Amino acid sequence: MNDEQSELRVGHRFWRFPGGLKLRHWKKISIGEALAFAGVPERLVLALKQNVGEAPEPAVEIGQPVARGERLTRLGSGFSAHLHAPCSAVVEDIGRYPVPHPSGLEADCIVLRHDHEERSVTMPHLVDWWRHDASELLERVIEAGVVGLGGALFPTHLKLEPRRGLPMRMLLVNGAECEPYISCDEILMRMYPQELLIGTQIMAQILGVEAAFIAIEDQMGAVEQILRQAAVEIEADEVEIVKVPTIYPEGGERQLIQVLTGLEVPSGGIPPDLGIVCHNVATALAVYRAVLKGEPVISRIVTVSGRGVEIQRNLEALIGTPIRHLVALAGGYNERARRLVVGGPMMGYALAHDDLPVTKGTNCILALIDKDVDRPVPELPCIRCGECARVCPARLLPQQLLWHIQAGEFEQAREHALNDCIECGCCAYACPSQIPLLDYYRHGKGELRARDAEAAAAARAKARFEDRQARLAADEAAREARLQARHEALAQGDKAAQIEAAVARARAARVRDPEEV
Amino acid sequence: MTGLLLLVSLAALCGLGLGFAARRYRAEGDPVVDRIDALLPQTQCAQCGYPGCRPYAEAIARGAADINRCPPGGDAVIKSLAELLGSEARPLDPGLGEHKPKAVALIREAECIGCALCLKACPVDAIVGAAHKMHTVIAAECTGCELCLPPCPVDCIDLVTLPSTLTTWRWPPPAPRPGELGPARPR
Repeated sequence: MNDEQSELRVGHRFWRFPGGLKLRHWKKISIGEALAFAGVPERLVLALKQNVGEAPEPAVEIGQPVARGERLTRLGSGFSAHLHAPCSAVVEDIGRYPVPHPSGLEADCIVLRHDHEERSVTMPHLVDWWRHDASELLERVIEAGVVGLGGALFPTHLKLEPRRGLPMRMLLVNGAECEPYISCDEILMRMYPQELLIGTQIMAQILGVEAAFIAIEDQMGAVEQILRQAAVEIEADEVEIVKVPTIYPEGGERQLIQVLTGLEVPSGGIPPDLGIVCHNVATALAVYRAVLKGEPVISRIVTVSGRGVEIQRNLEALIGTPIRHLVALAGGYNERARRLVVGGPMMGYALAHDDLPVTKGTNCILALIDKDVDRPVPELPCIRCGECARVCPARLLPQQLLWHIQAGEFEQAREHALNDCIECGCCAYACPSQIPLLDYYRHGKGELRARDAEAAAAARAKARFEDRQARLAADEAAREARLQARHEALAQGDKAAQIEAAVARARAARVRDPEEV
Repeated sequence: MTGLLLLVSLAALCGLGLGFAARRYRAEGDPVVDRIDALLPQTQCAQCGYPGCRPYAEAIARGAADINRCPPGGDAVIKSLAELLGSEARPLDPGLGEHKPKAVALIREAECIGCALCLKACPVDAIVGAAHKMHTVIAAECTGCELCLPPCPVDCIDLVTLPSTLTTWRWPPPAPRPGELGPARPR
């Protein structure tokens, strides 16, 4: 069977990815509550960099009033994405504020104060989107600041742009949210099925692909029916709904592609190498809103869950809303709450406090309790049981990587494909010795990134040094040549005439600029 | 007789082939120097006593210089040089300076008199300015070599370490928790 046929048969048969875990998914506890709007807080903090690549530059000034949906940034030269005002507000400050990040560091932010007015702008939109070509649609996506809302934050327009020499064959919209507790994608599919389907159609049109799939998990119950119903209503028959078995980390795009097509994204490669583009369902909805409604990304759905809050629920929150505000809407912490985590329990990271803003990538806020956090036994030496290798979906050798990283041998870890680690955390979960394997790999990957940056800087310094040496040598040679020529002229010609000429030159110069001589 | 002829002609053929290959695929430059140069940090600071990283690499390759003369590289570079050359790693020569964390030059622009002396000193052209005009350092290109400090007549150049930002931050290694054995390294 060649690749072409296997793609057409998506959904009729499933492949397996290696490893993975069956986890208790804890999703039902938050899906029962209806989706609610979290309201407009008094103060919103928008981190400038909410995308992979470079931060955009602020295009507003302190004290400037802005309308809901107004663009706040301009793009630089690199990869970047716009930010917009989530409500009618006044720019209170542009400066460094704490943002949700494992480092706990501050980052450049635009702070807005809600002014309780209703100023609002919408961008130009294309109601008859099917009549417009890819570049016009992409323009809307760029203007709306759409990034990968599954959490990756990669600027969406870059994934939708045509790639030279690589025809795209398939669009995969990822609704297979596999981390325990998180149900923001599921509730989005329940609430906005038609919008999601239209967003998918728009993306398929931009990419010029025939086949578009929305992948959901088999534990999502009624979602399949809702989507199929919506597809019939809006006659979106080119979009197919496929249900995949629930195995963690199936929501990873590489794993999902493998399950659906049997194809493996090559090491160091990306899905477009296979002609496949994968987007999150929330991104598809954002594309719909950008193109048909002229609405930028100013809010997202956040799951607030865990046994440490009173009411586990999903909230539609404006970007920049304090996490504290969302926790309050979830009934606040109960006495069991012990650790606040952003992201899922497998891949998320702990926060030091809750006075941090929601970003475009904040899909879940978890208040975990003692039972979730405590390890049943302390960290013990590796017994080489091999469980970690068995569950690794990227087929790496976790023990080997651990030893190299502990010994500081990062280059060897690179040779063992450390950079292919998707940081799913299956290895650490499975480890009977409670070794925090994922923490080691994140450390190792950070070291490799730092080394690469140093090597690039050294190469640049070397090139600049060599260029400078060459320039100095050329200057010196030119000076020599000039001197030589003058000597020769002096030796050959009439000395008196030349002295006369030099004196005349000097006099002329003095007349022109008496200061300089 | 045929055997002998065959052997001689085979030997001649091999000789011709090798001779051709040696000329055709002759290595450009000195590969050892290139490999040593690749390990050096390219700060071009001349603290080793040579006018740049490449000349130091050439001196090491000649056997004229020791491998412990690079303060910006520190022990890591000495270790990798020792590995490459199969020699013994030894501590950094203390007479040449000490290994410091990476820093970049920063001109206190209000005090700069525009003398242009630091422009000439910078080995990587990372300072922009003109006579009687304020100068500034391109931080991304500065190697922190400190060569611009001595020529400055008004001492308006500082070396500053850059603060950790979200892009330069890296995950620390997991801290061993108190009272627990760290995992043994079975190697």
